[in-house]
Amino acid sequence: MKFQIEDVTVYFPYDHIYPEQHAYMVELKRALDAKGHCLLEMPTGTGKTIALLSLITSYALSKPSSLVKLLYCTRTVHEMEKTLAELKLLHRYQRLHLGDAARTLALGLSSRKNLCINPAVVSAENRDSVDAGCRKLTASWVRALAVENPNIPTCRFYEDYEKAASDAVLPPGVYTLQDLRAFGKEKEWCPYFLARHMVQFANVVVYSYQYLLDPKVAGIISKEMQRESVVVFDEAHNIDNVCIEALSVSVRRQTLEGATRNLNKMTQEIQRFKNTDAGRLRAEYNRLVDGLAQRGNLPIGDTWLSNPVLPDDILKQAVPGHIRKAESFVSLLRRLVQYLKGRLETENVEKEGPVAFVGSINAQVGIDQKTLRFCYDRLHSLMLTLEITDTDEFLHIQTICDFATLVGTYTRGFSIIIEPFDERMPHIPDPVLQLSCHDASLAIKPVFERFQSVVITSGTLSPIDLYPRLLNFNPVVSRSFTMSLTRDCICPMVLTRGSDQLPVSTKFDLRSDPGVERNYGRLLLEMVSVVPDGIVCFFVSYSYMDGIVNSWNETGILKEIMQHKLVFIETQDVVETTLALDNYRKACDCGRGAVFFSVARGKVAEGIDFDRHYGRLVIMFGVPFQYTLSRILLARLEYLLETFQIKEGDFLTFDALRQAAQCVGRVIRSKADYGMMIFADKRYSRHDKRSKLPGWILSHLRDAHLNLSTDMAVHIAREFLRKMAQPYDKTGGSGKKTLLSQEDLEKVGNGSLGEMLF
Amino acid sequence: MADGQVVKRAKFKSSVKDPGVPGVLTMTREKCVFKPSDPSSAAKLNIEFKSIKGHKFTKEGSNKHALLNLTQDQGGNYIFEFNSFPDRDVCREFVATAIASSVEAGRTGSERSAVPLHNEQLSTAEMERRIKLLQEDSELQKLHKQFVIGDILSETEFWATRMKLLDDKASRKPKQRVGLKSDMIFNVKPSSDGQSNRVTFNLTPEIIHQIFAEKPAVRQAYLNFVPSKMTEKDFWTKYWRAEYLHSTKNIVAAAAEAAEDEELAVFLKQDDILVNEARRKIRRVDPTLDMEADEGDDYTHLPDHGLPRDGSKDVMDSQYEQYRRSFLQDLNRHAAVVLEGRAIDVELGDTRSVAEALARSKQVELANEASDGNANQERLDRISRMAEIEDLQAPRDHPVAPLSIKDPRDYFDSQQANALKTFGDTLAGTKQMTSDLSTSEAYGSLRESISEIKAVGLRAPIVKPEVALKVLNGLNQNISSTKYQIGKNAHESVLDRLPKITRDELLLHWTSIQELLKHFWSSYPITTTYLYTKVGKLKDAMSKIYPKLRDLKESQSDFRHQVSLLVQPMLQALDAAFAHYDADLQKRSAKSGERPNGFV
Repeated sequence: MKFQIEDVTVYFPYDHIYPEQHAYMVELKRALDAKGHCLLEMPTGTGKTIALLSLITSYALSKPSSLVKLLYCTRTVHEMEKTLAELKLLHRYQRLHLGDAARTLALGLSSRKNLCINPAVVSAENRDSVDAGCRKLTASWVRALAVENPNIPTCRFYEDYEKAASDAVLPPGVYTLQDLRAFGKEKEWCPYFLARHMVQFANVVVYSYQYLLDPKVAGIISKEMQRESVVVFDEAHNIDNVCIEALSVSVRRQTLEGATRNLNKMTQEIQRFKNTDAGRLRAEYNRLVDGLAQRGNLPIGDTWLSNPVLPDDILKQAVPGHIRKAESFVSLLRRLVQYLKGRLETENVEKEGPVAFVGSINAQVGIDQKTLRFCYDRLHSLMLTLEITDTDEFLHIQTICDFATLVGTYTRGFSIIIEPFDERMPHIPDPVLQLSCHDASLAIKPVFERFQSVVITSGTLSPIDLYPRLLNFNPVVSRSFTMSLTRDCICPMVLTRGSDQLPVSTKFDLRSDPGVERNYGRLLLEMVSVVPDGIVCFFVSYSYMDGIVNSWNETGILKEIMQHKLVFIETQDVVETTLALDNYRKACDCGRGAVFFSVARGKVAEGIDFDRHYGRLVIMFGVPFQYTLSRILLARLEYLLETFQIKEGDFLTFDALRQAAQCVGRVIRSKADYGMMIFADKRYSRHDKRSKLPGWILSHLRDAHLNLSTDMAVHIAREFLRKMAQPYDKTGGSGKKTLLSQEDLEKVGNGSLGEMLF
Repeated sequence: MADGQVVKRAKFKSSVKDPGVPGVLTMTREKCVFKPSDPSSAAKLNIEFKSIKGHKFTKEGSNKHALLNLTQDQGGNYIFEFNSFPDRDVCREFVATAIASSVEAGRTGSERSAVPLHNEQLSTAEMERRIKLLQEDSELQKLHKQFVIGDILSETEFWATRMKLLDDKASRKPKQRVGLKSDMIFNVKPSSDGQSNRVTFNLTPEIIHQIFAEKPAVRQAYLNFVPSKMTEKDFWTKYWRAEYLHSTKNIVAAAAEAAEDEELAVFLKQDDILVNEARRKIRRVDPTLDMEADEGDDYTHLPDHGLPRDGSKDVMDSQYEQYRRSFLQDLNRHAAVVLEGRAIDVELGDTRSVAEALARSKQVELANEASDGNANQERLDRISRMAEIEDLQAPRDHPVAPLSIKDPRDYFDSQQANALKTFGDTLAGTKQMTSDLSTSEAYGSLRESISEIKAVGLRAPIVKPEVALKVLNGLNQNISSTKYQIGKNAHESVLDRLPKITRDELLLHWTSIQELLKHFWSSYPITTTYLYTKVGKLKDAMSKIYPKLRDLKESQSDFRHQVSLLVQPMLQALDAAFAHYDADLQKRSAKSGERPNGFV
């Protein structure tokens, strides 16, 4: 359908639209007009993604002269694929109505590991080996050598791509990673470099958060983006955690040992070059005098992941004199490593701020703050000069330099924590030095500054006023939408007791109580016999899940569960988990029915949908609090209290409840879908916990469902499923309209629609 | 055997211990005859199957005799020992059939045996199938009794219209394929006698099959080691020892044991075959689920970057890594295997053949995957389908599934809406046809058809298919409309409200009329004398039912209306048939007048 929002004609690829999608678009449009940032919470299962995509692309189409470009950030690669699939749908529709005027280029971007088509390279174990394998074939010096010596292997895809030069372009269209690979195979061009090149011409780029947030990646990938671009962070309820993770580094003994090995290797290389090619080292010295900004002229195959936390003026400055020479830089790093080794020897837990830490480095090994700040770039410059291609071997020294640069750059919002052993296993010495970031606004600040409109959206952003404080920005629009349902298709319940009326909880003192484990088991057992198709269970942690599954196995509950449904489990091995998920879907598709055990905050909870028959029921076993004794968490809580006046308890509850809401929210995808959600912990019945749940769940949580035991929950489930099986009128019939057709939209007009909704 | 006879060498024994008298056992459909090789022996037997009540036989096993024991009505039994199990099995099957048929014969009365098997020789298998069908379906049996035995239809004719039924049954596997058990049966607890440290594991073929299916490395090891390197017993002992080591979760101990014992290490190490399979499968996984790709993109999970999360803590020395295995993994693997289903068709008995069959099926699977190019496209289609939001979209066309009607009565019910619409004009149509013909028109069309037949020959059916269809439709709709209007809910048909006797009678008549009409209409056009007599017979049978129906219609007082509604279409159908018969007869006599030397 096609409709107007003020001056923009919106192309929407479906015959109908939900009223909240329309309202969402209106708000989004206002934010774009105001050229400001916005924060929008809309329940899952109301088609957020397609509403976003269709408004922003339509907005760009209606203003052909503007440079509006969409940078769509997803948390994971599979979400990227999902988004691109929706975009394909939209693009097809726009092409149908606008013809060639709707020509856009949209592509997904990922690492070499996911894009490489050279079988020799891509078969490597992990991402770093693939990166290194690629560099070994495509680095400028390798290629230069290969011109003279045909025995040196190069990558034919990269060579072909280079040969095609400016002819190597992607025709307009929507490209998923798979499409890119297929296109690359057909043309024999390297899809990775092609995609990286095409990013600057694309209208829509879909990539993961890190490409904008992580300083190590952002500089190289995102530097050519115009200010007018619209940045969207989808499923952004965890964005603060992603931000602080991007700026956190930890150093262990193994890291330091590895770094020492790396430094020895580098010294050898320097010696070798001195004997054979002294000019090369001198050239580097001269380049460093001119400043790091020179690096932009390096060939594309050589660029390293640069560091945009460094302000532009520093990049143009000359590198401090005493680290311009390769040997002196290496010896400086040796001193740093030595210093860190000394710090790890401690017997007590130590906690320091970055300023004190830098001061102590300066006092003991004589490295000042400015020098530390240059370490990262200086190291990469040196690695290039030394023609090091096996970068995966040099990860340790890179970690040290990351650490040094971060410590040297920020004076607040960080703390350095040294722990001689893990709190949970005090008898095993495992010293670790952690530089942990507490302030999420640091990593996202460059994004807010560089781009005109940043949209942060998710199904759970409650309380919505907390996010602007955590991320330190001023949204022009900040709004939370409720969900208008045609029928009560979600059924949240709080289960506080087992059938024996004893309370259930994952609270520390109750957690390993066999009675609680049994009651949880009986709950699941009752449910598998009542609920058809798929059931998803979330546990508070891997270790808890492991424990309870083993205990269910011993008591025979698991065996009984397996008589009703197949059991699949998320493990820490992603390959296995992926296959388990695939099988789970197959089991649901064929009608066999299955249960999936997963972990809140785990990979599955982060972005896998359990919509329709893939999830008719979610059970959240316990409240997914973070491990509250962790020193990093404590330090962060302290910082939050000081800086933003956010109370510890409030933050912990907020964090746990958003995870829980996120887990259970994965069951609904559209208004035609239905699902039940069970919060199985007595603590959910308390008002202070429960009220942190997003509004769209709370509004369906009836008072009668707040304090249930297992048998009552089973009864409610039966009733609910029977009710959902009845036919119903999709448009909502009398009263509120929950599905609008084109005529409805035209009839009502933009103004009164909002009133009709709320 | 095709002529319904089995001849095998066997020994007759008076008891199991008895050494037995060697001789030849001949079985026909009615009886079995045993002739001893030594003609002087007294052990000559002639048993009628009618007197046999049941049969027993020994299980197949290495050290057992292939015995077959026939139990007699009056007590007492005959034991035969065969040279081999296959021989025995052939006889066993034959006996089973024969007994079944004689029981059947006993039930339907003595006429059953009087059925002449004239114009065909049936194989036993065929016979067996028919008998089975008759036993399963009492309605069919009634019809069979009424018409075949009542000599209205021949056996062949009766079955000819049910060819499909026979084929269907034949093509279907005799028993449903059983899937794998959902239980992890191999996850058995050992039983211990409580006094010593000994534990005992009980292995059944089912358990072994499950172990082989879920742990390809164990399967491979079995094929490699047994029996060349160790005995089967040693093999399983080692296996359980490895399982025990796993269950203690002491990885270091497991690694130490594995270092000492090469074979044990196979069980303790990670399953390489599985790892490879996983790697292969992950490439074909739905990209919207692929978390592995995510790992490859995630820059915060560089070693030592980001914050330590739950679980990422337990970093393990790499030398022990390969010995790590968790119960959760086993669970996933188990569920995956159950989902795949039983891939082999081998009897679970011989361990080695099971292992080989599984290995083979894996190879086949591999080959299929390699050649399967469409899967990719399918996956893409699926993703784009999944991307759509279902209720914003006009409903998609679902792929057409063939209609399979289990209960025709339900089917008619659902057809009611359509039926009511067309009901009016169908009736009008039939009326017009029957009443509005003037003599001249009739004469004209007759002439026309005669000249047509002269020109073309008797090729086209005399009854136009449309007309036949209309008759059939009218029939169906009448029945279903009654049920629709009177039966209040879907489960209660109008028939249920009639007295039982009336209902049974009605149903019986209905089915027999259906059968007769089917044969009647299918015999047109009459081209042979055989068909002619058949039609005559059918007509007689129908006219016998006709008054019965009329009586039924008159006799009911309470349900008069309903019954007449039900009976009316039957009468109409019969009327139509009679009318056609008469018309045909007339035409025929007219024709024979014109062409005296034509068909009879």
